[in-house]
Amino acid sequence: MSVIHDVIPAFELFQPATIDDAMMLLDRYGEKAWVLAGGLDSLEWFADRIKRPKAVVDLSQIKELSGVRSDGGGLEIGATTTLTEVVRHRLVREKYSLLAEAAEAAASPQIRNQGTLGGNVSQDARCWYYRAGWPCYRAGGNICYADAPTGLNREHAILDAERCVAVNPSDTAPALIALDAKMVVRTPGGEKVVDAEDYFIGPALDITRMNILRPGDLLTAIRIPATWAGAKFYFEKVRDRNVWDFALVNVASAMTTSGSTIEQMRLAVNGVAAHPVRLKAVEAAVAGKPRNEETAAVAGQIAIQGTKPLQYNGYKVPLMRNLVKRAIRGVAGEEAA
Amino acid sequence: MTMSNDLTANNHKLVGKNYTTPDLLAKINGKAKFAEDYRADGMLFVKLLLSPVPHGRVRHIDTRAALRMPGVKAILTVDDLPEPADSVTDLGQVIKADRLGERGLTMEPVYQGEPILAVAAVDELTAAEAIEKIHLDIEPLPFVIDPLDSLRPGGPNARVQGNVWMRPAPPPNAKPGPPPPLQRGVLKWTEEDFAQAKEGQLPMGQATDQWQFGDVDGGMKNAALVLDETFVTPNASHQCLETRTTMAYWQNGKVFIHTGTQSTYQTGPAIARWLNMDPKDIVFISEYTGGGFGSKITGGVSLIVPALLAKRTHAPVMMRISREEENFIGRARPSLQGRMKIGFSKEGRILALDMFVICDNGPYEQMFDAAGAGMIVSLLYQPLAMRWRGLSVLTNTPPRSAQSAPGGMQGITLMEPVLAKAARKLGVDQVAIRRLNAPEGKAEFGAPMGGRRGHTTSCYIKEALDGGAKQFNWDERKARTGKRNGSKVRGLGVSMSTFVGGSIGYDGLIVLKPDGRLYIQSGIGNHGTESLSDSHRISAELIGIPWEKCELIWGDTSKNLPFTCASGGSTTTHAMTRAAHAAGMDAKRKLQEVAAKTLGGKPESYEVANERVFRKGGGPGMSLAQAAQHAIQLGGIYDGHELPKDINKATAASATALAGQGLMGVAKDNYPHDGATFSFVASFAEVEVDLETGKYHILDFLAYADAGTVVHPAAFGGQVLGRSMLGIGHAIGQKWVYDPHYGVAVAKRFHHTKPPTILDAPANMAWAAVGIPDPETPVGARGIGEPPVGGGCCAILNALTDALGDEVIRRAPVTPDTILASLEAGKPVYGGLKADV
Repeated sequence: MSVIHDVIPAFELFQPATIDDAMMLLDRYGEKAWVLAGGLDSLEWFADRIKRPKAVVDLSQIKELSGVRSDGGGLEIGATTTLTEVVRHRLVREKYSLLAEAAEAAASPQIRNQGTLGGNVSQDARCWYYRAGWPCYRAGGNICYADAPTGLNREHAILDAERCVAVNPSDTAPALIALDAKMVVRTPGGEKVVDAEDYFIGPALDITRMNILRPGDLLTAIRIPATWAGAKFYFEKVRDRNVWDFALVNVASAMTTSGSTIEQMRLAVNGVAAHPVRLKAVEAAVAGKPRNEETAAVAGQIAIQGTKPLQYNGYKVPLMRNLVKRAIRGVAGEEAA
Repeated sequence: MTMSNDLTANNHKLVGKNYTTPDLLAKINGKAKFAEDYRADGMLFVKLLLSPVPHGRVRHIDTRAALRMPGVKAILTVDDLPEPADSVTDLGQVIKADRLGERGLTMEPVYQGEPILAVAAVDELTAAEAIEKIHLDIEPLPFVIDPLDSLRPGGPNARVQGNVWMRPAPPPNAKPGPPPPLQRGVLKWTEEDFAQAKEGQLPMGQATDQWQFGDVDGGMKNAALVLDETFVTPNASHQCLETRTTMAYWQNGKVFIHTGTQSTYQTGPAIARWLNMDPKDIVFISEYTGGGFGSKITGGVSLIVPALLAKRTHAPVMMRISREEENFIGRARPSLQGRMKIGFSKEGRILALDMFVICDNGPYEQMFDAAGAGMIVSLLYQPLAMRWRGLSVLTNTPPRSAQSAPGGMQGITLMEPVLAKAARKLGVDQVAIRRLNAPEGKAEFGAPMGGRRGHTTSCYIKEALDGGAKQFNWDERKARTGKRNGSKVRGLGVSMSTFVGGSIGYDGLIVLKPDGRLYIQSGIGNHGTESLSDSHRISAELIGIPWEKCELIWGDTSKNLPFTCASGGSTTTHAMTRAAHAAGMDAKRKLQEVAAKTLGGKPESYEVANERVFRKGGGPGMSLAQAAQHAIQLGGIYDGHELPKDINKATAASATALAGQGLMGVAKDNYPHDGATFSFVASFAEVEVDLETGKYHILDFLAYADAGTVVHPAAFGGQVLGRSMLGIGHAIGQKWVYDPHYGVAVAKRFHHTKPPTILDAPANMAWAAVGIPDPETPVGARGIGEPPVGGGCCAILNALTDALGDEVIRRAPVTPDTILASLEAGKPVYGGLKADV
């Protein structure tokens, strides 16, 4: 069989109007179903004829999946709310500007108009071998092409690699972890709510998935508690181009201070492992410490403990270190927020 | 030059003015039709089966299951293509067909992604499913991705016939004459050649071509500073927004082809050659083209696939080319790996320059980028003595073609960082060192031919450097660069650039009809530069007719087009303003003669202006509409029944078809032209680098051009800034990524290859022009499309080294990882000499 790309294979398209109807369809088609939100990840898979679902369940007609709502002291954001809507929403900007900043750093304006928050956090790995259909570990094979002696791995993992060295590409995921967000998942057995950091999984747990969703499951909403509303936030994404580019490394943090002392901090980086990495050791080390260069330097060193760079991605180690430093003390020479 | 018709003076109505181009509205309201927008009843669609391997031989193809599918109409392989045909130039020179050249389909793919066969079916889904049912038995052959790997002892050859383009040894007793054409041959360097190069230095073994002038060794000896630097420029796809999509159908023995091109007229003969057909049986339609940059000078050979499938199936056939396919067949600029040894006087003057370049040729036709790089460097920096050595090494990577300032852009990129380093070492200002070495006037360039070197028509780059330095506040900015502010540091860069800016000898053809309107026949392509309409406004200017009363006929070879230049190397504005001037002057002369014959008196006593031809100082006259009517009555030369003898036969055929419709202006560009036409630019940039992340931003950019008279300021500025962005893309991110073990591309998606986006453009971006007319052309205008590319790239590279020092950058593009890795290591991290990363 010869290979051809860029022609989407035929599938049955369903556009349910309720979550219940969507769940019924996912149940009916099981592993042959595919959940379609904004389509930025899905359509590329389809066009390359690598993923060939029998049924595509398009969530765009389900009103209850979309929109930003007040939820107690916090917010609930529907999974199909577009990134542009997240960026522009008044409450997000006022209380959780970290998320607005992260969402605005994703992709390009056109893609943000179409791409959804749920899709951004749930997207698949972007490793160019895996995405081009090479039969690698993640695709069910028995080799990692990016980690081969001549493999091209400038964009790949420096932490927690297990056979596969692909990274999680999401910009909003580390922000949601820093905000201690909860992911609301509908499963055939009912609704469950999990911490954002537990939503993402690495290859050691399951090499074929980036998150806990199994066939038949649906991410319906993301809840952001009031805990970190209005805290001191830091987000930075380093990429090659200024737009339409995945992060080489990004960092997101939330911090409360008392005078010049750090009270508490939550901090996560992405682009360094198959899952966004919450840096609990850094969080513990900086709590109660003065917010200064020295604390930042210590935090940076702790952050990169255990990193194992590949042939072409050694730069990610100092990049991660420096971004963590900045999350503590801000950009050198600029007034810290 | 006749001074009364001098359009270089500041007294004209159209030249130098902005206007609404005739293609603009359709592009905005969506009515513009590109090749993909055409539909026809019963149209079939094509999909291509691409080679999965970088080099192989197809042993067997089993298409039975595919052909059995309902809706599959035909499969085309290389066996169905016409044999490559010899071609004959206008001068009667026969160019022998290259039997190993690219044909559009192949049984010996020489790069991953090369089309092997094509399926025509009722829709793309069926065609794609048919391709998946084809069994391809392919024998892998040795392959090579990087030129240096092929030059190593025992290294693989990209083609069975060899690994370099080289000149065959002359036969014994050969008569003196021009050197024989280059052929594919085998060239390997020795282990010693490789061992002599230090880390990060390009090894230099045997070259296939070289030239020299002056005393290079003496110059090096007398130099106050000698630098020996290696640099690698990237392979960069053209990434035209319109891919090479083509639609074709046949009617009454003629083939009608819709596809993008840079040159409407010149594409007809190219198609005739590819299809081995009589040019008169080819109708080529291309009203709108979404970018070319050298990749579509005469369309592309892939267009024959739908043309032949349309013939086979007796149906219109559409072949849409996806972005991934375009990355394979859509052409690219070749990488150059270069080493420059340069001796400077203590003032910074280049006493001697020794240049060695390897061109990553790709698998097919010879690329001249290595040679072009040498020629351009010899012109732009005016070394007192220079040696150039080069070779083009075949690789199993997608075919290359010219890309804006081919070779020149890469040569400047090899050169500029060395000049910047020399200025720092010698304590000379960056603008001053460039001014000191810059060409001026009738500047000499290139290899000596018969003891003499060529020279430019004119050159005012020193004026561009002066004007640019002033407008950019160079001295003021210089005082504040290099100072670290927290983690940020700023850098300032200036670069010179040049490339060819014009050709000569084409025809103009216009008809003034009794409806009072001027009908302008254009063979220029419409790929977005606006030279299509800009050039022809010269005719309107000369006969005093407002642009609103001009009808431009373009984009269809059946519409009686004149012999027109190929739009490559930004030759069009120069070439076709000359032709338009010739046609305009011919029409003006005829108007005066028609008036004299009709109203009495001598022709020269009549003036042509304001849509009238009338007696100077008052007296009788007539409207242009009336003059057109009289011209038809007079016949002969006046309405095109008698034609000049020196026009091209294609122009004569078109003029004959239009004869009798009005007063015809038809003439060949015979204007004198001393020298070769080049345009110039001085580019300036300020960047800010974040030393903690390696990320940098371009704060400010200015390109100051010397391209003679500015015919259309808005289009000129668009070219200067747009092509600067093309060059900036080479500096900041555009690249290929090849897995060297498998020999295949891993960066295939648009976003993987990272062409610059609008948000990567400098925060402030400005252009200006010297505006001094070129003395060797009647309008004074030269082309401006090419030079800004090298200027844009190198202003950024030089600003980066100003901020970071001379030891961080050894290749383009410069991405955050390169910067951060070197800063972290406290020493240069070279990243190897490979053409692709």
